[in-house]
Amino acid sequence: MQTKFERNIATREPAWLKWTIISLGLLFFIFFLVMPLLSIFYEALRRGIDVYWESITEPDALAAVRLTLLVAVISVPLNLVFGVAAAWCIAKFDFPGKHILLTFIDLPFSVSPVVVGLMYVLVFGVNGWFGGWLQANDLQIIFAVPGIVLATIFVTFPFIARELIPLMEAQGRDEEEAAIVLGASGWQTLWYVTLPNVKWALIYGVILSNARAMGEFGAVSVVSGKIRGLTNTMPLHVEILYNEYMFAAAFAVASLLALLALVTLIIKTLVEHKAAQTQRDFAGEH
Amino acid sequence: MRIKSRLAILSLSLSALLGISDAQAQTQKTLLNVSYDPTRELYREINPAFARAWETQSGEKLSFNMSHGGSGSQARSVIDGLDADIITLALAYDIDAVAQLTKKLPENWQSLLPNNSSPYTSTIVFLVRKGNPKAISDWDDLVKPGVGVITPNPKTSGGARWNYLAAWAYALAQPGGFEASAKQFVDDLYSNVLVLDSGARGATTTFVQRGIGDVFLSWENEAFLALNELGPENFEIIVPSISILAEPPVAVVEENARRKGTLEAAQAYLAFLYTPEAQAIAAKHYYRPALPEHAAPEDIARFPEVKLVTVDEVFGGWANAQQTHFSDGGVFDQISGQ
Repeated sequence: MQTKFERNIATREPAWLKWTIISLGLLFFIFFLVMPLLSIFYEALRRGIDVYWESITEPDALAAVRLTLLVAVISVPLNLVFGVAAAWCIAKFDFPGKHILLTFIDLPFSVSPVVVGLMYVLVFGVNGWFGGWLQANDLQIIFAVPGIVLATIFVTFPFIARELIPLMEAQGRDEEEAAIVLGASGWQTLWYVTLPNVKWALIYGVILSNARAMGEFGAVSVVSGKIRGLTNTMPLHVEILYNEYMFAAAFAVASLLALLALVTLIIKTLVEHKAAQTQRDFAGEH
Repeated sequence: MRIKSRLAILSLSLSALLGISDAQAQTQKTLLNVSYDPTRELYREINPAFARAWETQSGEKLSFNMSHGGSGSQARSVIDGLDADIITLALAYDIDAVAQLTKKLPENWQSLLPNNSSPYTSTIVFLVRKGNPKAISDWDDLVKPGVGVITPNPKTSGGARWNYLAAWAYALAQPGGFEASAKQFVDDLYSNVLVLDSGARGATTTFVQRGIGDVFLSWENEAFLALNELGPENFEIIVPSISILAEPPVAVVEENARRKGTLEAAQAYLAFLYTPEAQAIAAKHYYRPALPEHAAPEDIARFPEVKLVTVDEVFGGWANAQQTHFSDGGVFDQISGQ
């Protein structure tokens, strides 16, 4: 039953060491990942399914779910466009300042989300740069949905570009050059050559960016104004309920976010599986 | 053609999903009350009561939006443009800040309503674990070694500033008490603080849910609420020999309300807080009503007698207290910087 790897004397470990390490890993996995996750569902359902159902269908909770979906529906497609454009630009062309651009794309990863929120307050708040003009035109950005969307776009910005750039760089430019030589236009090259090659990475980027858009807390909490039923997203609503001693309701809404994370993980696994398969098929053809 | 109709279906289903309907866009007058942390339960009951009163009085239907958070950060949000009609914060200084920085309400806002514009007051008490294992009975027990104190950060939390000033007032009132001894006392007290949360509710959760600390300096109303929500079998309230009269004031942000056409309703809302109905609700939610004769006697009986000093008496008003104690480089920074 031993594999070739295990038969090799250099990689053969005593059984006790092998099992200690495996069980340590497993214990860690159970205590720090599985149990906290299960505890959310346990706490949510402890007071019965009726309380659970009531907490997630109560108007403020529904408003939070709607706002979270709205924010994701706006920010993810925009990030998709930005991400593809940025990745295409960086991976397929050479130009001065390319590294600076790359650094800028990574910026949201390194800036604390709370600072992101404050940045938008400083720019769009009434005392900010555009504050006077916005107020004169009766436009509300901060403490309203547009501010939440802006902050979410900022923090999710790098996800898609970061997924695409390494893959596009590894694939090189040969196929695009061939397409151009054969008379394809820029759009045709993008549409028929580049995008199909990075399809799976792109979907993976969208999934990650969506998960973060729905789960973002820090940046959104600064620009939200926390008006219930209006500018509360799901993560903010969880905090509010928890602070109101409504633990079952807080965990019920939290369980929706956890479910979302699980669904995301399942899709991610499927995508990875599919991507690996496509790659194998691709290799097989040659 | 086909794409177009598909797009139409997609956008229709999206808007159905997100609930963007014409009915919702239709404007109904809405008051936004930006408040501090512990008033959630109070205004949840006040709002519908006022909506009923206002409808019979003016025939207008009103709805309410509430925003809660640390008093200081809520004031900051209003200054940065949160479109509040009404602000109901933990201390006058925060509303002063809004008035001075935005000019959206007159500087003399606090004289516009009775009782320094505070329809209800509160004070600072101690919440301890059942049986009072550390035998805490007054402020000087808090500085004993081995006593873990929970109070939020006075830099960010309104309630915490009241805690700090109450401790200071106690030390000052001791025989031979003077500035330096009060500073030493407060310094010792904050050396015993285990977790410095940013807001009152966060600190309550730290003490009550996470079980950290021996004594929690709390708003009286917050202490009663915690006792009620989370079991009187786990905690008890200790009333110190001296405490501070906490006046959480209310004000209309006139310019916002005028622009939204809600000025009249907003003013009526605040006036409503002084009516017998609202005073009874306040007492029910453990706030000491400005007009106790309107509250249910059994609610009033819950408030223990305690010697209360005011910020004006001991500290010469909020502006002074803020400047001396909580500004950058102030006394709190000096003791916490050590």
